[in-house]
Amino acid sequence: MNTIAEQVAPIAAASEVKVETPFRRFCTAFLDSKVATTALIVLGILIFMALFAPLISPTNPYDLAVVSILDSKMPPGTKSLDGVTFLLGTDGAGRDLVSAMIYGLRISLGVGVMSGIFAMAIGATVGLIAAYFGGRTENIIMRIVDIQLSFPAILVALILLAILGKGVDKITIALIIVQWAYYARTVRGSALVERNKEYIEAATCLAIGHRRILFRHLLPNCLPPLIVVGTIQTAHAISLEATLSFLGVGLPVSEPSLGLLISNGFDYMLSGKYWISFFPGIALLITIVSINLVGDQLRDVLNPRLER
Amino acid sequence: MNDSQPTLSVQNLETHFFTKEGVAKAVNGVSFDIAKGEIMGLVGESGSGKSVTGFSIIGLVDPPGEVVGGKVLFNGEDLVQAGEERMRQLRGNRVAMIFQDPMMTLNPVLRVDTQMIETVLAHDKSVSKDEARQRSRDALGQVGIPSPDERLKAYPHQFSGGMRQRVAIAIALLNKPDVIIADEPTTALDVTIQGQILYEAQKLCRETGTALIWITHDLAVVAGLADRISVMYAGRVVEQGKLDDVLDHPVHPYTVGLLGSVPGHNTRGQRLFQIPGMTPSLLKLPPGCAFQERCPRVDGACEADPGITHPVDGRNVRCFHPHLEEAAQ
Amino acid sequence: MTVFIIRRLMQSVLVVFVMSFLVFGGVNLVGDPVEMMVSDEADQEERERVIRSMGLDKPWYVQYGLFVANAAQGDLGKSFVYGEQALGIIVQRMPATFELALAALLMAIVIGIPLGVYSGLNSESRFSKVIMAGSILGFSLPTFWVGLMFIMVFAVMLGWLPSTGRGETVELLGINVSFLTTNGLSHLILPAVNLALFKISLVIRLARAGTREIVHMDFIKFARAKGLSTQRVIMVHLMKNIMIPVVTVLGLEFGGLIAFSVVTETVFAWPGMGKLIIDSIQGLDRPVIVAYLMIIVLVFVVINLVVDVLYSILDPRVRIQDVKG
Repeated sequence: MNTIAEQVAPIAAASEVKVETPFRRFCTAFLDSKVATTALIVLGILIFMALFAPLISPTNPYDLAVVSILDSKMPPGTKSLDGVTFLLGTDGAGRDLVSAMIYGLRISLGVGVMSGIFAMAIGATVGLIAAYFGGRTENIIMRIVDIQLSFPAILVALILLAILGKGVDKITIALIIVQWAYYARTVRGSALVERNKEYIEAATCLAIGHRRILFRHLLPNCLPPLIVVGTIQTAHAISLEATLSFLGVGLPVSEPSLGLLISNGFDYMLSGKYWISFFPGIALLITIVSINLVGDQLRDVLNPRLER
Repeated sequence: MNDSQPTLSVQNLETHFFTKEGVAKAVNGVSFDIAKGEIMGLVGESGSGKSVTGFSIIGLVDPPGEVVGGKVLFNGEDLVQAGEERMRQLRGNRVAMIFQDPMMTLNPVLRVDTQMIETVLAHDKSVSKDEARQRSRDALGQVGIPSPDERLKAYPHQFSGGMRQRVAIAIALLNKPDVIIADEPTTALDVTIQGQILYEAQKLCRETGTALIWITHDLAVVAGLADRISVMYAGRVVEQGKLDDVLDHPVHPYTVGLLGSVPGHNTRGQRLFQIPGMTPSLLKLPPGCAFQERCPRVDGACEADPGITHPVDGRNVRCFHPHLEEAAQ
Repeated sequence: MTVFIIRRLMQSVLVVFVMSFLVFGGVNLVGDPVEMMVSDEADQEERERVIRSMGLDKPWYVQYGLFVANAAQGDLGKSFVYGEQALGIIVQRMPATFELALAALLMAIVIGIPLGVYSGLNSESRFSKVIMAGSILGFSLPTFWVGLMFIMVFAVMLGWLPSTGRGETVELLGINVSFLTTNGLSHLILPAVNLALFKISLVIRLARAGTREIVHMDFIKFARAKGLSTQRVIMVHLMKNIMIPVVTVLGLEFGGLIAFSVVTETVFAWPGMGKLIIDSIQGLDRPVIVAYLMIIVLVFVVINLVVDVLYSILDPRVRIQDVKG
């Protein structure tokens, strides 16, 4: 019942066996794609920039002493009165765009990753519990997950933010609430498969406590799809936060993410001052695309079915 | 077309798979002839290249595989050289194929009549849809499916495995082909159904004069079915001849080993004979005879390529040391 | 089949009820609308008058009961901001949103499926790699930013297309549609493409993955072994199998389209439901928010039902569980 390729492959593979750890194999497979490797490097640079924003940024865009309204809406390349070059121009309030972008990147990445991690933790735990205990617990949990997932994220987020108001913590909470269900479903799916395997049966026979089985035995084997979903969901979260900020329901003006920067520039676009929206958008774009590319490659590498 | 010319003549067929690990010579110089209405059993273990041979004849070898040498003369025409459009005209029309897994052979979302009628219409546009439907109905009756009119309107998942395979056979017979290639069609079925299908296939071929290549790993299956048998090993035909001759007096050491490992009445209670070793990797075949690493009669001569010899009338064998004492009986 | 539909209908009604309760409860926490309606100098009596007239003084379960009773008659309250029936306002703007969403859906199907199937069949070709790269971009780009770029390039720089608003409308079956006029069409293109971009990428990837999986299946090989033309193998045998997952996802995503129109409508100032809800949230116009959510719930439930029915039509294995012969 094999396709021809499958008939040939085992015979062909009876060749030398190199000693390789799974991790090394994973790394080689991942780095096989030049595109993904580039994306990973870019991502690393972005994270670095976000973490060390105060040190890297040419100016501090929130330091009111430096920012002057006279500098506002300058096109890229102009020099300010102090002799500092605005590489990418300034925004409506006179802030250097490069600096604003770096700080904005920090907030965008921060909110996205933070919410992603919490959502993953909550969702994974719920999914594991559902798959492991089964029965009615599972049914109830999955019903809730399904209902939540049948509503588009943006709508749920909008309503939540309408209720909660503005603020970094509030938007993080909203993003967590929007994302956890997706993780729960993914983890429950793979946990279901793992649950029926013999090593879980063995662990149960050894009377190891539930919590230990869940987290020491079941979870590590559910990690691959979780990692893939995690990367792609983080990209979504960042995109969603930007969208919400753009719509004016997200972050307050005092802590502008890239989305808010773009929103600020919206008004000036029709008069030709495109850079205020354009460059933050590019930064957002690069961030999201890199994460997606890395996630894509992770998925291809970790998916046994696509093995050639 | 004259009757003395074989319907199908495979000559030195070579099909290689170009994989990342190297070139796997799945079919490495296979030859056999099939006369009109003859049933040929193509026997071999997994990886012997028998299925690939079947696909090579009908031109459905997918990359990374490719037919790289030899000829397949069908009524005088070389199929290896024929273009894709010509092959399409022949497939399902003059040369038909039945696959191994009846579950996956029929498209699950299309009705049976759709899948049968399209086969007729693909090769004869002058036939009306009703005529095609009538032909399909008759074909279903021919393979022993009850209430064919209702069955035509059904979907594949509503049939059992044996029924599905019968439908596949019916489809193969629709355009009255000259040759049917059956790739392990009964392997996935119950033993009892297997027997029925074998019997009916044989009957149909005799009635319609269709030649049949029956590919299988199970000697018992061909034992009651075929006229002639070709035994394949590692991409080559190692022994070929009339069924009874080969089964009763095998000449190639591999065939001897194969037959010797079949349990029987008189070997009851004794240890089953096993051919030692494993099939060689198709990527790294030994020079000369592919069986040498497992053969009890091997010597230095075997590192050269044993050509085809005829130790007895009507028997082909590839071996420097065939069991001649067997053949002589 | 009918049993199936009835059961799904009942489930849907239940969901609508539960959601109405949740919506009602949730939205009642949204700010204090009284503050909006009365000026800061208003005294207690004034406030109480407003509260009474809006029914905000009654206990919550009474409010809910009234809410449901009214809703059944189509009265979802009066907008605080516009002073008119909330439901009426929303219904007025529905055609615009639906027009946008349907245009986007159409584009997703017409552009996405052929590209996806092609990419699945010829995965090594250069064009296919371009398609895949494009789909990653379409997937990752935040819709609002693309919208902005569209406006910048096509409206401001090139001046080919109008930048905002909806074009002329004509009446079709009692509804105002704008795609039948050239002016209307020119206004529709940019926002529709903007909205569709994400979906097109999704469909491309789905169609590609489905094609790659199905093309290796035995029944495709068998179809070729029967001597069917490549065209028939792809258009009939392959397509019908791909359509199942694609339709399912698209159907469910249509709801997402309506939701996401919020962004596109804001960017392009398209007068649909989406823009309305954003304004209402910021203006704390409770009745409108509630009405909008109820409509959305209804739309989603209907969509889910339709998708389920479509699915069973497309996949006979679901529809017919027969006795095997």
